[in-house]
Amino acid sequence: MAAESARGDAALLDVRGLTKLFGELRACDGVDLTIERGEIHALLGENGAGKSTFVKMLFGSLEPNAGEIRWDGRPTAIASPGEARGLGIGMVFQHFSLFEALTAAENIALSLDSRTRISTIAAKAQALSHSYGLPLDPYALVGDLSVGERQRIEIIRCLLQTPELIILDEPTSVLTPQEADKLFETLERLRSEGKSILYISHRLEEVKRLCDRATVLRNGKVVGHCDPRGESAASLARMMVGDEVKAVERPPLSERASTDKLLRIEGLDRPPATPFSIPLRNIGLAVHAGEVIGIAGVAGNGQSEFFEAVSGEVRQASPGTIRIRGKDAGRAGITERRMMGAAFVPEERLGHAAAPAMKLSENLLLSRHATDARAFLGRAGVVKTAAITASARRINVAMDVRKSGEDPAAASLSGGNLQKFIIGRELDRKPSVMVVNQPTWGVDAGAAARIRQSLIELARNGSAVLVISQDLDELFEISDAICVMHNGELSEPVPITEATFEKVGLLMGGAEPGHSAAAGAH
Amino acid sequence: MRIELVKRPQQSALFAAISPFIAFAITLVAGAILFSLLGKAPLNGLYAYFVEPLTEVWSLHELAIKAAPLIMIGVGLSICFMSNNWNIGAEGQFVVGAIAGSILPVVFPDFQSPLVLPLMLLMGIAGGAAYAAIPALLKVRFNTNEILSSLMLVYVAQLFLDWLVRGPWRNPEGYNFPETRNFHASAVLPEVLPMSGRAHWGFVFAILAALILWFLVSRTLKGFEIRLLGQSPRAGRFAGFSSARMVFFAFLVAGGLAGLAGICEVSGAIGQLRPTISPGYGFAAIIVAFLGRLNPLGIIAAGLVLALSYLGGEAAQISIGVSDKTVRVFQGLLLFFVLACDTLIHYRVQIGKAPAVQPKAQSHEQPEAAHGHG
Repeated sequence: MAAESARGDAALLDVRGLTKLFGELRACDGVDLTIERGEIHALLGENGAGKSTFVKMLFGSLEPNAGEIRWDGRPTAIASPGEARGLGIGMVFQHFSLFEALTAAENIALSLDSRTRISTIAAKAQALSHSYGLPLDPYALVGDLSVGERQRIEIIRCLLQTPELIILDEPTSVLTPQEADKLFETLERLRSEGKSILYISHRLEEVKRLCDRATVLRNGKVVGHCDPRGESAASLARMMVGDEVKAVERPPLSERASTDKLLRIEGLDRPPATPFSIPLRNIGLAVHAGEVIGIAGVAGNGQSEFFEAVSGEVRQASPGTIRIRGKDAGRAGITERRMMGAAFVPEERLGHAAAPAMKLSENLLLSRHATDARAFLGRAGVVKTAAITASARRINVAMDVRKSGEDPAAASLSGGNLQKFIIGRELDRKPSVMVVNQPTWGVDAGAAARIRQSLIELARNGSAVLVISQDLDELFEISDAICVMHNGELSEPVPITEATFEKVGLLMGGAEPGHSAAAGAH
Repeated sequence: MRIELVKRPQQSALFAAISPFIAFAITLVAGAILFSLLGKAPLNGLYAYFVEPLTEVWSLHELAIKAAPLIMIGVGLSICFMSNNWNIGAEGQFVVGAIAGSILPVVFPDFQSPLVLPLMLLMGIAGGAAYAAIPALLKVRFNTNEILSSLMLVYVAQLFLDWLVRGPWRNPEGYNFPETRNFHASAVLPEVLPMSGRAHWGFVFAILAALILWFLVSRTLKGFEIRLLGQSPRAGRFAGFSSARMVFFAFLVAGGLAGLAGICEVSGAIGQLRPTISPGYGFAAIIVAFLGRLNPLGIIAAGLVLALSYLGGEAAQISIGVSDKTVRVFQGLLLFFVLACDTLIHYRVQIGKAPAVQPKAQSHEQPEAAHGHG
């Protein structure tokens, strides 16, 4: 075998029949994949298709049940991330693992095995960041950096180990369009130097633009290898989903669009709750009956803080800050705001919107015990189990929630199905104000389309819908106007007819610092 | 070599149901080993401990007397533990309840009327609840760890009782023994079946408390709130429930029941205050709560089992001559095995090969569906 290992014809990475079982579930089922030197290879698939499982096996954090990994022509067992790095495999994770209270250089030093001095590391990191056009101050505290900058630390940390193969897991999901463009330049430069990149994404346009080849996974199996440049976004989507994805229909706002401000936010300020959370600054917004307003923004710019303030999980000092259906709600808690007709869907499904170990019917009670007390509760607060199970069943049918068993625990549902249930739980009430944070995060395309359509329908039937999302495509699909949240401030809404990716992207990068002044002009 | 606990994808419902029985069986095996190490015949030892006390009517009464405080405290603690409030100080709440309830018969022995007993019970409840409110308040206001504060308050309560019975409350006709005066007749909790034995109404209160709390937890919105805030506090807040109020609710219920247990013990079983009024009921009730799987009905059964171990300990001291400390050993073994069985239902042991997977990398081992902020 030694002759073969010479840097010759052998592909850099050749994976054959890689299989991983989790109990009954075949997370990866005989996956074949070849990556040549100097190639950007896309790994496409919906959430739960097995992409993450696959790369974890490549990176040594999961052990395959069957199959072979050939590195540089040699069969290799990768037992740990350390071994993977030793071979020349580097990884940039979707969720960063950085300590916010340390500097960039200190964070990089933590992942290097050697006892190199911080100053040496900082110098190296700076040199590298310059040569790849990824400006970075190695002495900056991570807590002060934007998400895009944090990603640069991860990339530089990875590059410092001079890998041959770099794995990037959904790298653009946290970037503005402009930041993403910059990243693509860096990746193209790496390719020209002969490095290989495994690029995991579900964004088809960027895969078409960047990648040389693509492998598509569905339910753990490879459904095809292709040249993404020769495919259309629709044909790639069909391969990923295995079915046509129905486009969302957005009927135009009716002429006599209501002037009823069902949700009005005025002068909302919130000091940071922790040293690293974002303060909210003078946020103002009105959502009228019948419309969907989208809030775009890179994650971590105050969206979660904003959601908590609007939902009433955190109350405001002054009652007029939030008005729901014309009534002051600033000092009301979440239950009272629900009683005023509002409904909320937070970002985290498990542990925030739903209790993981509780049954769906109990999770229905979770958000509706006060608004539907008459239907769900008897005398002395006795829970009417039959009534809540019946309502849960109705919601599951309406939203097409697929589950095992009649009334399973929330944690046993897939992310998409649980999200359909959680959205359905609120829609079932026909709320007049609906506030949703990341409605389709990690949800498969079919379920996402259904959720988006139902939000539009709710609005067109006379409710006010506010959607916070990191997914620009989604916001352009469903919103009547888009605001951008940047660094705890909210821009003026841009009507959808005037909104472009570029315009919104610039706002996401903070291009218009004085938008509170602009707000005054309107 | 590396030993790891790996979470099982799903738990066996069968084993989850029978785990307390398995734990009890292993305790018996360990107990048999213990007896043979002590040089006693293991079967005789186990017989003396767990069978002999059940063979006579009077000792069944004694069983009920010992089970009453265990059940009462245990069901109260189950509310605490279910809602994620770690009240370890029931022993102290028991003592303060006993002291508060004894004010009338000890300080005002001339006040004798049918009202005395109900007032004593209410004061016992109030005393225990007030004492439990201290760690609750500290937790809510200052984010203090309630395990430490509630535990340390146990010693304060015990020493306070010691001081009372040696000092101001000592029986003036008691030849300087550290005891209060004996409770007068209308301050004594009567027997349920005076013809057959001395089991008092405390046992009935315990069963009633268990039934009421069972209904509360399993059938009402309040029970849902308790479970929800215990399992996922953030989802509880999203549901509009207040964790601060739940801290008080759980501590007050547990403290009130511990206080009731305390005054029932003093007024029903002992008849006066002494420096020591509890053989560790407040701590043993923690075992009872977990052995009963935090289910009030299960806790009735678990309370009887633990009471049996106390009773058996006394019997074995006499019949086979082992130290009364073996009771503590049995109770410790039982808790250990209950927790171990529960752990092994949720996790399996993996004796590892791969050394030192870097902790950094492990933090990434989250399923794709899990979601954090970027």
